[in-house]
Amino acid sequence: MSDFYETGPSKPVTESIRVDKVSPRSRRIHSLRAIVVIALAIFLLIPIFIMAMTAFKTRSDVVSSPPKTVFEPTLEGFVFLFTERAIITPGRITKLQEAAESGDLGLFDRIALKSGQEITGPSDYVTRLKNSLIIAGVSTLLSVILGFFAAYAFSRFNVPGKDDLMFFILSTRMLPAVVVTIPLFLMYRQLGLHDTHIGMILLYTVFNLSLAVWLLKGFIDEIPTEYEEAALVDGYTRMQAIRKIVLPQAMTGIAATAVFCLIFAWNEYAFALMLTSNTARTAPPSIATMLGRGGIEWSAIAAGSLGFLIPVVIVVFLLRDYLLRGVTFGAVRK
Amino acid sequence: MATIELRDVEKIFGDNHAVKPMNLTIKDGEFICLLGPSGCGKTTTLRMISGLEAVTSGTILLDGRNVTWRHPSDRDIAFVFQLYALYPHMTVRDNISFPLRAEGMKREEIDIRIGEVVDILRIHHLLKYKPGKLSGGDQQRVALARALVRRPSAFLMDEPLGALDAELRETMRAEIKALHHAQNATTVYVTHDQIEAMALSDRIVVMSAAEVQQVGTPAEVYYEPANLFVARFIGSPGMNLIDGQLDGDLIRFPGNDSTMAVPAHFRVPLLAALDKGDDVVVGFRPEAAAISDDSTMAGEVYAVDMHGGYKLLHVNLGTATDPVIVHLRADRLASHPMGSSLRFTADPAMLRFFDPKTGRAISPSETAPVQTQPVEVTA
Repeated sequence: MSDFYETGPSKPVTESIRVDKVSPRSRRIHSLRAIVVIALAIFLLIPIFIMAMTAFKTRSDVVSSPPKTVFEPTLEGFVFLFTERAIITPGRITKLQEAAESGDLGLFDRIALKSGQEITGPSDYVTRLKNSLIIAGVSTLLSVILGFFAAYAFSRFNVPGKDDLMFFILSTRMLPAVVVTIPLFLMYRQLGLHDTHIGMILLYTVFNLSLAVWLLKGFIDEIPTEYEEAALVDGYTRMQAIRKIVLPQAMTGIAATAVFCLIFAWNEYAFALMLTSNTARTAPPSIATMLGRGGIEWSAIAAGSLGFLIPVVIVVFLLRDYLLRGVTFGAVRK
Repeated sequence: MATIELRDVEKIFGDNHAVKPMNLTIKDGEFICLLGPSGCGKTTTLRMISGLEAVTSGTILLDGRNVTWRHPSDRDIAFVFQLYALYPHMTVRDNISFPLRAEGMKREEIDIRIGEVVDILRIHHLLKYKPGKLSGGDQQRVALARALVRRPSAFLMDEPLGALDAELRETMRAEIKALHHAQNATTVYVTHDQIEAMALSDRIVVMSAAEVQQVGTPAEVYYEPANLFVARFIGSPGMNLIDGQLDGDLIRFPGNDSTMAVPAHFRVPLLAALDKGDDVVVGFRPEAAAISDDSTMAGEVYAVDMHGGYKLLHVNLGTATDPVIVHLRADRLASHPMGSSLRFTADPAMLRFFDPKTGRAISPSETAPVQTQPVEVTA
């Protein structure tokens, strides 16, 4: 150890590093840190693993104690989630059995005979997933478009009371959702927006707009005004300059902002629970209400949650580089 | 090509008087430098000519046409920015064709125009790259190409070489000069670098504290500065300026037994402007000094800078506690140890006198002797 200060490291240093970081001691601390981070990451992922496993377990495996880690995977949970089923009448069972003996039984009929249940159509969850897609998608689009123009104005023009306005926009985020739910509920009922797609889109757009304006302003601030001035001198109008110069350069910021808006709108639970009942109900509250009918369908709930995670995971994975810039308000240079 | 005329053009930002009323006529094909320290209003002036900044009052004429309130794109001028402002998401070709596409020009014609400018600037090989891949000099060439391709009636350049390293700056300076020589387009060039201004301009507009200090050819602002600011600002180091007192045909320097004879062509104007015993500021360039033992000015060598071709001596005419430093150019082989005494005189033809009360130069009675010596300025 003390040798290090006399003789230096055993291997030549071939990276950019401060001298005190080369010592064996700080190298050890460095790897220790990495181990802690990995352990923490695994610990945080445990619920996700359990959820993923539960989604593929049979009813009996789900409730077995101690929980099974090795089991035969089944898609039962997903079937329960996406379909509406009915118990087969005794008369139909005999018919199916006869068909089975003669050997001309289809795949679905075979399953029906085995489980004693028959698929009668898609479940409500399918429409709710569709609602989630529409509401989250449209509100994200609106937040980003409106946010972009607001952010551009704040960034480039002398808006009177700019700082106060920016603070006011941010302050809409300071109230917890619970506080405004009741007034919103009453307002929405009066306006006929309760349980409508437009109502939910409006709500999520308004909520996301503050984030979108703040994030996008950071990104637009980074684009030098000279680009637009050059375009102005070169014979373009301001709108043309925005479209041809600012927009392409703000693309990373727009992508990051869109991801954040999408995650919020996609995951939102409290407002959706209060302000929708059937037509515009989104997926998150409907997963929770699945607890009810005829015992707790744990595997269906897990399957629903898992399926619900996947779109966000894909989007985040595709745009992960921009996300880092998003959380630092564009301060990280790529 | 065009003339540019500023009539009482003025700019006020809130409480800040950025450009005081300014009159300037730029002739067709002329290369004008706006030169001054940062914050003197030179960039604001340029931006007002381009229309990127609205004037507070005054009129801007382009070829006699009043463009004061015209949109920037409606002025037929090209602007070259300090940091080039090349659109990073477009290729070099798209960058250069960008202004032409605004006019809705046909593809074939755009290709012809691009072909012309890339020939002039020798950048064929860069067309397919994005600006981020190019070196600073090449980015500047592309920015020039984008300005040139429009065939505008005037070029405005805002410190276009400011971001380049010294060696490249010299190369690009020569290129811009050659370009101007070939195109002969009216150009307004903003810089804080006096070497650049001296090297490039037909005329220099020296600005300071929001005001025009002097408009003149490089030789005029160098040899005949209109006031103390220009005398100090132009040249590196600037003109030596020593406080003296007028005593008939002699200038005496308080606290020093040095004297200087008033040159013949300054006798009448000095006596007209000042009384006997009045303070006067004597100015001379470092290269106007001649070191010899029988001279009338005495000082002590304070420091010696070796510049390669010559030595620059810092000579103290005052005392150790109250120094008056002048810079003299000496032979590169001459030995002047620090602390040694030294006598020198200044070439009477290169002496200038300033009234310390107004800061203005006192003009000689007849035209000053013509300078044949080339201007030597070193960074």
